[in-house]
Amino acid sequence: MYKQTTMQSFNPAGMTRRHFLNHLAAGSVTTLGAMQFLGQLRTHAAEVQKNRKACILVWLGGGAPTIDMWDLKPESKNGGEFKPISTAGDLQISEHLPKIAQQMGSLSVVRSMSTREADHDRGTYYMHTSYVPNATVVHPTFGSVVSYELGKSRPDLEIPAFISIGGGSMSPGFLGMTNAPFVVDSQGRIQNAEMAGMDQQRLGQRLQILGAIEEGFIQSNRGDVGQAHRDVYQKAVNLMKSDQMEAFRVNREGPEVRTAYGDTPFGNSLIMARRLVETGVPFVEVRNPNGWDLHQNVFTTLRQTNLPMLDNGISGLVADLKDRGMFDDTVVVCMGEFGRTPRINANVGRDHWAASWSVLIGGGGLRGGIAVGETDNDGLTITSETYLPGDLWATVAHALRIPLSTVHTSTRGRPMKIANGGNPIKSLLT
Amino acid sequence: MMEWRRIGLGIAAVVLGACAPGFAADEPAPLADRAAAEIVAAIDEHIRTGWTDNEIEASPTADDGEWLRRVYLDLVGHIPPVEVTTAFMEDKAEDKRDRMVDTLLDDPHYVRNMTTVWANTLLGRVTPERTSRAGMEKFLRENFARRRPWNEIVYDMLTAEGKYEENGAVNFLLGQLQGNPNREDYTVEATARASRLLLGMQVQCTQCHDHPFNTWKQAQFWEFDSFFKQIVRNDVDKYDAQSGRMVDDYSELNFRDYSGPVFYETRAAEMKVSYPAYFGRELEINSSTNRRLEFANLICRDDPSKQLARSMVNRTWGQFFGFGFTKPVDDMGPHNAPSHPELLEKLTDEFIAANYDVRRLCGWICKSEAYGLTSRFNDRNTVDDPANGEVPLFSHMSVKSLTAEQLYDSLLIATGAHQAGQASYEEAQAQRQMWLAEFLRIFGGADDQEPTVFAGSIPQALMLMNGELVNKAVSADSGSYLNSVLNDSRLRSDNQRVQQLYLSALGRLPGRKEVTQLGAFVKSHPNKLQAFQDLYWALLNSNEFVVNH
Repeated sequence: MYKQTTMQSFNPAGMTRRHFLNHLAAGSVTTLGAMQFLGQLRTHAAEVQKNRKACILVWLGGGAPTIDMWDLKPESKNGGEFKPISTAGDLQISEHLPKIAQQMGSLSVVRSMSTREADHDRGTYYMHTSYVPNATVVHPTFGSVVSYELGKSRPDLEIPAFISIGGGSMSPGFLGMTNAPFVVDSQGRIQNAEMAGMDQQRLGQRLQILGAIEEGFIQSNRGDVGQAHRDVYQKAVNLMKSDQMEAFRVNREGPEVRTAYGDTPFGNSLIMARRLVETGVPFVEVRNPNGWDLHQNVFTTLRQTNLPMLDNGISGLVADLKDRGMFDDTVVVCMGEFGRTPRINANVGRDHWAASWSVLIGGGGLRGGIAVGETDNDGLTITSETYLPGDLWATVAHALRIPLSTVHTSTRGRPMKIANGGNPIKSLLT
Repeated sequence: MMEWRRIGLGIAAVVLGACAPGFAADEPAPLADRAAAEIVAAIDEHIRTGWTDNEIEASPTADDGEWLRRVYLDLVGHIPPVEVTTAFMEDKAEDKRDRMVDTLLDDPHYVRNMTTVWANTLLGRVTPERTSRAGMEKFLRENFARRRPWNEIVYDMLTAEGKYEENGAVNFLLGQLQGNPNREDYTVEATARASRLLLGMQVQCTQCHDHPFNTWKQAQFWEFDSFFKQIVRNDVDKYDAQSGRMVDDYSELNFRDYSGPVFYETRAAEMKVSYPAYFGRELEINSSTNRRLEFANLICRDDPSKQLARSMVNRTWGQFFGFGFTKPVDDMGPHNAPSHPELLEKLTDEFIAANYDVRRLCGWICKSEAYGLTSRFNDRNTVDDPANGEVPLFSHMSVKSLTAEQLYDSLLIATGAHQAGQASYEEAQAQRQMWLAEFLRIFGGADDQEPTVFAGSIPQALMLMNGELVNKAVSADSGSYLNSVLNDSRLRSDNQRVQQLYLSALGRLPGRKEVTQLGAFVKSHPNKLQAFQDLYWALLNSNEFVVNH
């Protein structure tokens, strides 16, 4: 009655797959058989080695009024105070983003995002994960997906594969804490990474005793947990001692570099992002420190604070990436959790709006200089094909050479397509 | 005096309890105890049958140190204070383990621990927007302290109305109601979570389609959902003069009129209609029906299928053993047969007969033979490895990672903070909250993490290696714990001091090899204080410290 063999036959869904995954110790590419998967690994080993692709996500928390930035409506009563200007690309953007305008030959705007979630939490979750919140499962933010997919093919990387500067990213969900965003502040300070007044020798001594105590537990025949703990500590120690920690030190850059990014905390965060990508980090999320939830005084705030800082930062980043020959390997995405209402409210503000809004994207070999999709004259509805966050992240995955056939398995054994099965935005592919 | 009024006795009560005499041998055990003993014997018999049928041999009983540390972590949420460990090891009475279980079940920290466990389960680790964790915890704390029957606690949560701090029971449903109340999926999360957490049924897949592995139909999800159609959250703001803005004031859960059926779409884009029903028992509805009251009544007070009790038994078993009778614990049903069906039914019936008393359920589990086994595998039970997907046979204890709360509270115990007693209750709570927020940020917010999987991360390791909390724990300042050990005149040699540190951190004495290695280290070290600091740092950072085994 209690025989394990009979029990297993009751449960075709969970056991065998989990068992298989444990042995594979990776658990990612479940669309392919194990042999096929290993064969592919060998064939593409050389190619994987060369993959230095990365993504920098610039997050505009609160939801940016993209109608005043990337998709202006000067003819409409919804148009507001700003005028469009011509750019180096085949589209117009806001007059308050003149430096980005000069870089628009390399960047594009998707003007037909339609994302249905107009609540901050739900929208933030949706835009980060491509999935709407669901009681069954916590989906990984896309940075964790990239960390999981590309981190393992970069053995020389001693710092985490997903860095979040300024915080505010989302959970790694079922991909686990090893793929969680590694959070630093805009000065690149890592919490607890420095030992107060402790010299290397003493640390070495402590680790030696720790090693002896841990060994006893590992040998005590209690399963894998003891060794898993030791592995994580080893990584933490490697991190503390790593030369790659230099990537967090923006003050190693000359003053002219900082000036080129606007010499603001946001600009410094973007410099750090570039340094991290140079070091091999495949995903960096930078939180723009301005508030974008502009229910009131939208134009004053944008003109005086938000747009100048963004203009300097993004244009500085793109120019710098180009100068260093990194732009074609680095996707830059700039967005928040939704757009804002075309209608201007009584407080000269704009409210939450997810039905028709824009995202800035470029680099990584994607086509620049174009507007993808369009909205009507009042910005209220989309008159072209519409796009979901999954389509956006599928585009990024394509640019990073992560196969779109990739399927991850949730902790409850449910298969999940990468980017929620979204399709890359065709006109951005070259 | 009611038990829940005994605030502030805390650990002191435990220490006294551990030394208090038990029932004398010639005195007959009270009736409740005899019944408990019979139930425990039944558990043991069912579990043993599983071992025999699978031709495995159970691991030996855990020694006192391993068992005591485990039962402390599981029942009161922290490791045992060193003086309790010492007294327990010296106690020669045969019934000392059963007495310890009873003592811990009477400890106010048992109530605190159950409150933490259930607040995390019901709300998740990250509190949903405009939901009161404090309100939820207060409701749970009062109910667990009063030993209120579980079915009545659930009844309250399913039927509650009112403001989120005045009636804390509303927060369970309130936390699931986000977004636009006029959308058809407004109550979908409430339906899914209530079914999964309270009934152990994953109906959420059937929101969109018939269940792939069992007989549940899509209609059933929407029948459940129909019961929740009469609720709406109301968020009230107030003007804040300082910032000149409107800020959150409070939120409440209100009744709203809803008398129609629920419409849903199948994958074939066919529109269907459903009416409130619970496992085929349809509800007569008219415009004056309060659907939640009817639903709660069906689940909590009038359910021949006993699913609420069965689910609680399964979840509680999993809480103590790391694995329930089904995996996961909240996915029960015909598609996922339990490992020990007869035992599950037995415990379900006894739990109902005990008037849904969670405290007694915990007691039976902790007094069982299987709970008392060591976590070491032996040569004859290596196949009993549920972490690798096998059906659990409970022939050895499994190793669980400490939760953030257990880790924080254990660090306090390991450094004698419970004895210092200078900080007021409020100060201590405020500091705990601050640290826990930090811990949770670093440990991550996933609330469906399996307890037996080690989910450590680099930031977590860095925090324990270099963070303020552990730095303080290994401080050698006057008045610090290490200082008190070094100056304790009862400890006559470095070996005894090493032993004391092992007892404090790991609840056991060092093995012979450890004594040799660490004794040599201390002896050869030019600065004895530093040597003990480094040793204690290593103990608190060790794999053995951060798990419950």
